[in-house]
Amino acid sequence: MVKVGLIGAGKMGISHLAILGAHPNVDVVGVCDTSKMVIEALEKYSSFPCFYDYKKMLAQARPDAVVIAVPTKFHASMVAEMLNLGIHVFVEKPFCLRPEEGLELTNLAKAKRLVNQVGYHNKFVGTFTEVKRILDGGFIGEAYNFMGQAYGPVVVKPKQETWRSNPEEGGGCLMDYASHVIDLINFLLAPVKSVQSSVLQPIFSNSVEDAVYAMMKLNNGVSGMLSVNWSDETHRKMTTSVTISGKKGKIISDANELKVFFKDDNCPQGYSKGWNVKYVTDLTPTVDYYLRGEEYSSQMDYFIKAIEGEVPNDINSFESANKTDVAIALIRQAQQR
Amino acid sequence: MERILFGDNQFFAVNHISDEKSMAQSIRFKEDSAIIRTLDYAIESGIGTFMCTTHDRIANICDVLRKNPQKYAEFKIFPCMPYAHKYANAVTELGIAGTLKQYVPGNFFGSLFKGGVAFLSKDFLAIMELLIDAEMKMFKGIQTPVIFLQNVVTDLLLGLGMKDVLVAFHDYVQKKYNAEAGFITMNMPALLDVLENAGIKNPIICASINKAGFRMSGGKALYEQTLRTRTFRAIAMQVLAGGAVSPKEAIEYVCSLPNIQSILFGASSKTNINDTVSLIHQYDGVYQPSK
Repeated sequence: MVKVGLIGAGKMGISHLAILGAHPNVDVVGVCDTSKMVIEALEKYSSFPCFYDYKKMLAQARPDAVVIAVPTKFHASMVAEMLNLGIHVFVEKPFCLRPEEGLELTNLAKAKRLVNQVGYHNKFVGTFTEVKRILDGGFIGEAYNFMGQAYGPVVVKPKQETWRSNPEEGGGCLMDYASHVIDLINFLLAPVKSVQSSVLQPIFSNSVEDAVYAMMKLNNGVSGMLSVNWSDETHRKMTTSVTISGKKGKIISDANELKVFFKDDNCPQGYSKGWNVKYVTDLTPTVDYYLRGEEYSSQMDYFIKAIEGEVPNDINSFESANKTDVAIALIRQAQQR
Repeated sequence: MERILFGDNQFFAVNHISDEKSMAQSIRFKEDSAIIRTLDYAIESGIGTFMCTTHDRIANICDVLRKNPQKYAEFKIFPCMPYAHKYANAVTELGIAGTLKQYVPGNFFGSLFKGGVAFLSKDFLAIMELLIDAEMKMFKGIQTPVIFLQNVVTDLLLGLGMKDVLVAFHDYVQKKYNAEAGFITMNMPALLDVLENAGIKNPIICASINKAGFRMSGGKALYEQTLRTRTFRAIAMQVLAGGAVSPKEAIEYVCSLPNIQSILFGASSKTNINDTVSLIHQYDGVYQPSK
């Protein structure tokens, strides 16, 4: 059994908590949040030990691993503290406000040989892992261009401000929403090397952007565009998609449906020349407990397995999330030019 | 419960395999009259129950049902609550407390006596009751013999081990609405264990059950075994596995399973509704000739 503590029981934290609670190899030794309402509800109706102060939780519950789902501005210091105590860390995305902080944590986790993972769940979505397999197999030839997109209805009218509307605290569409797409591009193709131009556009928010548009170049020379808007209510929920053009084919994929075109017969087994359509239903392994998407259970299971030494700690490591933080910084800088 | 229940995903752009189809559905069902027309096709095919989310637009549909009492006298609705995306998007923006403030009816902190007291005394079950009442308002005067808890909430409570809240939902809809509670889940075997242990006998559970094994947590074999050996009333949903299985194969599979009380499906066109209904009758004739 892996003893896990959870810090931050907000929207993502509660979801992680339920997944941890249902995991057969996890013993949830503590849950920590500053909200009285949340902690009192958990104390009353769940059997998890509850805390208001995470330091108290660490001292009393002595977890092997923690899941951190607090506002982004607290990530750097909290993650460092855990690593220094020899605790494995799963932290929500985005990783850190500043890339320098993430780099330090990457090195610290490596030096301490601790399992480190960031919650970019798209890497556990069946369609996107299949895209990666097709790309790595060279089946669409040399990739030369991409388009990464995400749309959803988060801020659809002027509303009350929270930490998510403060850019200093990791708020805004770039860090919260666009980070998913950037990370996916980073995973599928290569990390972002430079950003030619970007637009960070407020639509309903006063202090942060609600949409992000950017033209960028990757380490491997591939160029492409990013188009993300969280004020788009024509989407019922967040919709993330990538289009990748290669010299021998083209891929269009979202979390549900993968469409791929091959110019010739050299394609993976189960595919043929021309257009092919695959659905997430065919590409997703069953999980033991489902909440909101297989990927959330799969990523947590991967984290636990990495601690148990059953899988390498090489999906969503701090190192890869730090590259996404670097890209986020480049997109901000490009806009200020 | 009837053998066939008509679902509502197609009306609200819920499509588990294609965002493009989602948008096409959004366009197709822009007008409430398009939804009513499709419901009428379902009724003509012999379906008498509409199982639907407590989406804002369902309120308009309920108005139409109430205004035509003769036509819809026998028609039943199984409400499924809450419409989760409404709350999920609000939580991202407002936090958990902010969301409750927005959606608990009346003035959260004051004027509404029950709500105010519930919050101050941290009586969470009273807050839940207020939310249920808010979601049920639109169904006034319509038969709602079964009221469902949506899978995102059922499964969250399951993972958190909050069985008392599941029981409270069960008891409250019975007491206040004289209805049976139903639970939608993606974790049927695990949920059944918890409900049974909590003393809920022969529960109504609606779960993803399909030949592809899609969203059948713990695996298809465990689901089949649970259906064979346990006592509960199962409703099979996502029988087409989002289109992964051909309709014929899909329906033959669910009809061949023991203990499936009802099959839930949604479709947009008259032809698809009629085809699915006749497939169910055809395979019921093969596997349950006595019924």
